[in-house]
Amino acid sequence: MTATRAQARWSRPRSVRSWVKRGGLSALVLVLPLVLVFGVFSWFPIVRAAVMSFQTTNLISDPVWVGLHNFQRVFADPLLLTAIRNTVYFTLLALVFGYPIPLILAACMNELRRAKGFYSVLAYLPVVVPPVATILLWRIFYDAGPNGAFNTILSWFGLGPWPWIQSQASAMPSLVLVATWSAAGATVIIYLAAMTSIRGELYDAADVDGASIPQKIWNVMLPQLRYVLLVTLILQLIGTFQVFMEPFLLTNGGPANSTLTVLLLIYRYAFGSGGTGDFGAATALSLMLAAFLALLSWIYLRATRSWSET
Amino acid sequence: MTDLARRSSITEEPAEGLSEDWHPTAGGGSKEMAPDRRSEDADRSLVSIAERRQAGIKWGLRLTFGLLLAGLVIVGLGPLLWLGKASISTTQDTLRAPFAFWPSGVDWQNLVTAWTEAEISRYFMNTVWLAIGAWLVQIFVATTGGYVLAVLKPRYAGLLYGLVLATLFVPVVVLLVPLFLTVLDVPGLGISLLNSYWGIWLPAGASAFNVILMKRFFDNLPGEILEAARVDGAGPFRMLWSVVLPMSRPILGVVSVFAILAAWRDFLWPLLVLLDPAIQPLSVRLPLIRDTVELDVFLASLLVSTTIPILLFLGFQRLFLRGPGLAGAIKG
Repeated sequence: MTATRAQARWSRPRSVRSWVKRGGLSALVLVLPLVLVFGVFSWFPIVRAAVMSFQTTNLISDPVWVGLHNFQRVFADPLLLTAIRNTVYFTLLALVFGYPIPLILAACMNELRRAKGFYSVLAYLPVVVPPVATILLWRIFYDAGPNGAFNTILSWFGLGPWPWIQSQASAMPSLVLVATWSAAGATVIIYLAAMTSIRGELYDAADVDGASIPQKIWNVMLPQLRYVLLVTLILQLIGTFQVFMEPFLLTNGGPANSTLTVLLLIYRYAFGSGGTGDFGAATALSLMLAAFLALLSWIYLRATRSWSET
Repeated sequence: MTDLARRSSITEEPAEGLSEDWHPTAGGGSKEMAPDRRSEDADRSLVSIAERRQAGIKWGLRLTFGLLLAGLVIVGLGPLLWLGKASISTTQDTLRAPFAFWPSGVDWQNLVTAWTEAEISRYFMNTVWLAIGAWLVQIFVATTGGYVLAVLKPRYAGLLYGLVLATLFVPVVVLLVPLFLTVLDVPGLGISLLNSYWGIWLPAGASAFNVILMKRFFDNLPGEILEAARVDGAGPFRMLWSVVLPMSRPILGVVSVFAILAAWRDFLWPLLVLLDPAIQPLSVRLPLIRDTVELDVFLASLLVSTTIPILLFLGFQRLFLRGPGLAGAIKG
């Protein structure tokens, strides 16, 4: 009995020493940057978001527990419905404009035998332009006067001038246009990669069966792309539901709140010009948006899983 | 969004183009070893060679390619060319006839005025500082973390990796307010990182994307070489510095390019954290100087802000265009 206790007392320092010798301490030191940075700037804020949505905070006094009060206030805000409606409208428009275009571009580019790289560079170039520069440049294009860049182009065809971002009806489509311009290239590259990995035998077999080009598109290419199509669809939805910079920099939610999106509303709750930030309402709304996006991610994951299995 | 987009390239099978030249073990032999999945005509796509010989389809394809090129040049390149032209034209020219070719000549002065009087030089250097710091922090966290997770593999590695992966599923929007409050009063230190570049650099380091990318690369390093180094008496630090890092140049390049580009594009976070105009980057200053400078000078400033990202893209095209998951990474 005493012998084993003595042994135990001896074995602990020895095991610590061997732990150090086996590199345990070095591993701990090396992993410290990751643990600290993720702990303070990722894990802790995530937990804090959940806690904060049930509190009111004004940065001076201690936070107070208020239960579901933040959520109730968000739901009572008449702007919430406007923001949701606008965000859904943006998403739908972005889908109509932005979803088919990259697919068509990629399908054409995939038939190129020469200069494919050059076409890819051209298609991808808008994606690398910093979003602030893109949006501010388009803001100049959208000048509603008859000498604005876009209105000049319209006048060549006897159209316009259009008000672009200055009218409630055309503001949102204008935002979608910028967003599509700067995002389409990335999707083109995804589709191109998926198209090159379609096995040639499938097309060979279709040729033997005498399939026409439209039949090959419909019966070979699109079915082969179905998972990629689903993935890009969901990625686009997740992205467009969080649209922020376009309305923030082009219209600031106007005219008459016609481009106020959910993220812009969150920003206004927390950092708006209304004096003290309503951090509770902002986190409550962002958690609700996140829950919705999580649902989309879940579908995305299921899709990529089956994608990698095929 | 961003992280999810990246995920597809990380946790699933690496993209075909990437796996070839990214894996340190796979030299020229990898092609022979891989079963040939293509048909006889390695290049074949939807339209067959026989179809390409038919006159109608041949000319149809040529027309399509021509229209495609014209469309890409006008729509994709056009706005940038216009920006280039407008930033060396006078304000009057740009306002009166936006599509005329220099009605009153070229005005290089705009760029000089933007660089000096509009203080674009200062904001440019601020952006460079932001990008360099964010890059160093990201590389440091990702290499040390990835090395521990993939090579040293302590008992807690699985749990830790799970926690890192989990952050991919939290949309950025959730972090906005709590991260801001954290930066305002860093827990345990009682200091504020407001108006400090550390408030940008450190949160940038918490990128699950980088850690996963590094770990996956380190996972594929040849075990014999690591074992040989261990037998030769290299400790964990020595092994990271002298064995692992020299073999990891490709992945370090990828992480670096995307880290710098992301820092250059970042807008909302610097807007919230850097309130002092003297230290703000271009992305934050540009919307504000729009109302204070002449249009031609403003356009010249926009041009300056796009140069580095475009040069990075043109210089490292392969990184952007060959990895489908990575291509999605900078979206959004």
